[in-house]
Amino acid sequence: MMSNTPKLQLHIPTPPGRPGDEPTFDHLEIPPAGTVRRPDMSAPEADLRDLPYGLIRVLDDAGRAVGPWNPNLSADRLRAGLRAMLLTRTFDERLFRLHRQGKTSFYMKSEGEEAIGACQSMVLGRDDMAFPTYRMVSWLMARDYPLVDLVNQIFSNAQDPLKGRQLPILYSARQYGFYSLSGNVGSRFGAAVGWAMASAFKGDDKIAIGYIGEGTTAEGDFHEALTFASVYRAPVILCVTNNQWAISSFSGIAGAETTTFAAKALAYGLPGLRVDGNDFLAIWAATEWAAERARSNRGATLIELFTYRAGGHSTSDDPSKYRPAGEAAKWPLGDPVERLKQHLVALGEWDETRHQALQAELTEAVRAAVKEGEAVGCLGKSKPSVREMFEGVFKEPDWRLIEQRRELGI
Amino acid sequence: MPTMNMIQALNSALDVMLTEDPDTLIFGEDVGYFGGVFRVTEGLQRKHGLTRCFDAPISEGGIVATAIGMGAYGLRPIVEIQFADYILPAYDQLVSEAARLRYRSNGEFFAPITVRAPYGGGIFGGQTHSQSPEAIFAHITGLKTVIPSNPYDAKGLLIAAIEDDDPVIFLEPKRIYNGPFDGRYDQLLKVWAGEPGAEVPEGRYTVPLGKAALVRKGADVTVIAYGTMVHVAQAGIAESGVDAELIDLRSIVPLDIETIVASVRKTGRCVILHEASRFGGFGGELSALIQERCFYHLKSPIERVAGWDTPYPHAFEWDYFPGPKRLAAALIRTLEA
Repeated sequence: MMSNTPKLQLHIPTPPGRPGDEPTFDHLEIPPAGTVRRPDMSAPEADLRDLPYGLIRVLDDAGRAVGPWNPNLSADRLRAGLRAMLLTRTFDERLFRLHRQGKTSFYMKSEGEEAIGACQSMVLGRDDMAFPTYRMVSWLMARDYPLVDLVNQIFSNAQDPLKGRQLPILYSARQYGFYSLSGNVGSRFGAAVGWAMASAFKGDDKIAIGYIGEGTTAEGDFHEALTFASVYRAPVILCVTNNQWAISSFSGIAGAETTTFAAKALAYGLPGLRVDGNDFLAIWAATEWAAERARSNRGATLIELFTYRAGGHSTSDDPSKYRPAGEAAKWPLGDPVERLKQHLVALGEWDETRHQALQAELTEAVRAAVKEGEAVGCLGKSKPSVREMFEGVFKEPDWRLIEQRRELGI
Repeated sequence: MPTMNMIQALNSALDVMLTEDPDTLIFGEDVGYFGGVFRVTEGLQRKHGLTRCFDAPISEGGIVATAIGMGAYGLRPIVEIQFADYILPAYDQLVSEAARLRYRSNGEFFAPITVRAPYGGGIFGGQTHSQSPEAIFAHITGLKTVIPSNPYDAKGLLIAAIEDDDPVIFLEPKRIYNGPFDGRYDQLLKVWAGEPGAEVPEGRYTVPLGKAALVRKGADVTVIAYGTMVHVAQAGIAESGVDAELIDLRSIVPLDIETIVASVRKTGRCVILHEASRFGGFGGELSALIQERCFYHLKSPIERVAGWDTPYPHAFEWDYFPGPKRLAAALIRTLEA
């Protein structure tokens, strides 16, 4: 027998537009730049609880740096950031094309998210450690990681630093503060906390920065990491890269319809900052604030980097199948490269001529690195010794691996 | 030499390592002030300080994830999973991260962690406090899996595990924490004092991973066991009257294949005994390895005596448990085949 209460309805979140629709972001509330307050770094968490619902922005629509979060960076630093971002984009475009030409098996671009890795790589110290996502090669670009080593890894060729054992772009670069990537999303978030706890255990001064996508905040890894970070006051910055899309699932499927990802921090008693992830200056200021907190034993901060995945998920993805065409161009927070360029121009520290010269230089650097990698060999034309397949499983191979290697005739 | 039960021996191993290596630390559920539900970490926080032995949230995944990060930093964390039955939330971390980190990063990062977990039945713990999950770790390359059967080995193997640069799953047969148990559940409880393996040196020593122990020499059949089942095997062999050779594997990865092969080639017969359920159990791998290497020496089919393929049942503990009677019957069958 039915009661008098209304019929229950199952809610399935759906995005505001699908292919064929006009792209719109009218549902997003984007406050003007410079309007979010900047509390002192030493403020207690209880005084910070409005921040997860704001959006820290420094660059306004005219490219001016405004408001309390302006980090007042030198033009040299801004140009270095622009260079790392532009190099990332140039590299991505070239390698994406190489995949289409069949020269490697897989690629993922960072398009639209270049500011995050580039900026945070510059803010953090050489001895700190990032536990990145796969859309953060800009971290390495900002630290002048050799382009040819990236190319060799992507080709899995004889000079691949990871010996052909890992899918293209899942880099590892300890000397560059870049922890080993994996295709299992989210499973390094807790390791970032553990690494930071180890630094505190030793009485060192290093901090960690961990990353997870907004879609992956639904995994237990996210909540476990926040719990440990909070309980042990770990010197770590935990970032949610909210690029709106987890392959074809919009952020509403991860819970974005009712709250922000930064607000997840509240229940853990951690500060949560929500930051324009396409604004190099805002990311810089927020990261510096969180890093200072971490270094002064005030514990972890959760930062939501609000951005937009301008390209497909990977070379295996076609976003025109699930989201409106032209969405990227309508993203209300613009393009991170263009915005930093606009800012430098507004400062009188940059112009179109210099930009074209930089672009030409970077295009040539990528072309040269690809050429060098191709000379070693692209995927299938060159590979490390098959012996490498059996190395590194354990510190020393056990009898199984030795026997199996012999069985293969090597 | 002092007499210790297995709990004391494990505690001594942890105490030695906390004393000798400042990069070791222990965390897990209830392991700090309280000293663990089985008392293995008793007194360590008081002696070595809060940061060397502390409580963790009820989050096996989080415990192992943070341990991996610490290991990558350069520490040697030792974590306790309260019961092996609770380790499954950490399985992704063990498989996708701990076991793969060295390989995928070409050695830039690795996880020298030790994950301790009491395992196995015979304690009326029902299906959530009795399981033997060793096979699901043995299958994952990159992990080592160690199982002691007496206090002396427990201490030496645990120190070796902690000092090892690869991730080690250290399964502690909880039924024999306080005394050996041979499966004859209607007999008086035994204590470790006076039993083989109960004399344990105070200081540091290791029992190498991957070296089996020849517990009993024999001519007619080889029995392979580990953990509690080493004691059950001795009772089963005595009950059968068969002149059996008994091998205690001590670690299943790395596996001492040489000792196994030498014994089976000599005896020509083999019975494998484990408490875990039979289908897909580690006995299947042992059986395959032995037939690959000893086929022309075998005089009868290899037998597996194991837990049944049911969840671990509470009221039927002793119907499930592969006790000495089942082993004795298998030994006799093997000889008559």
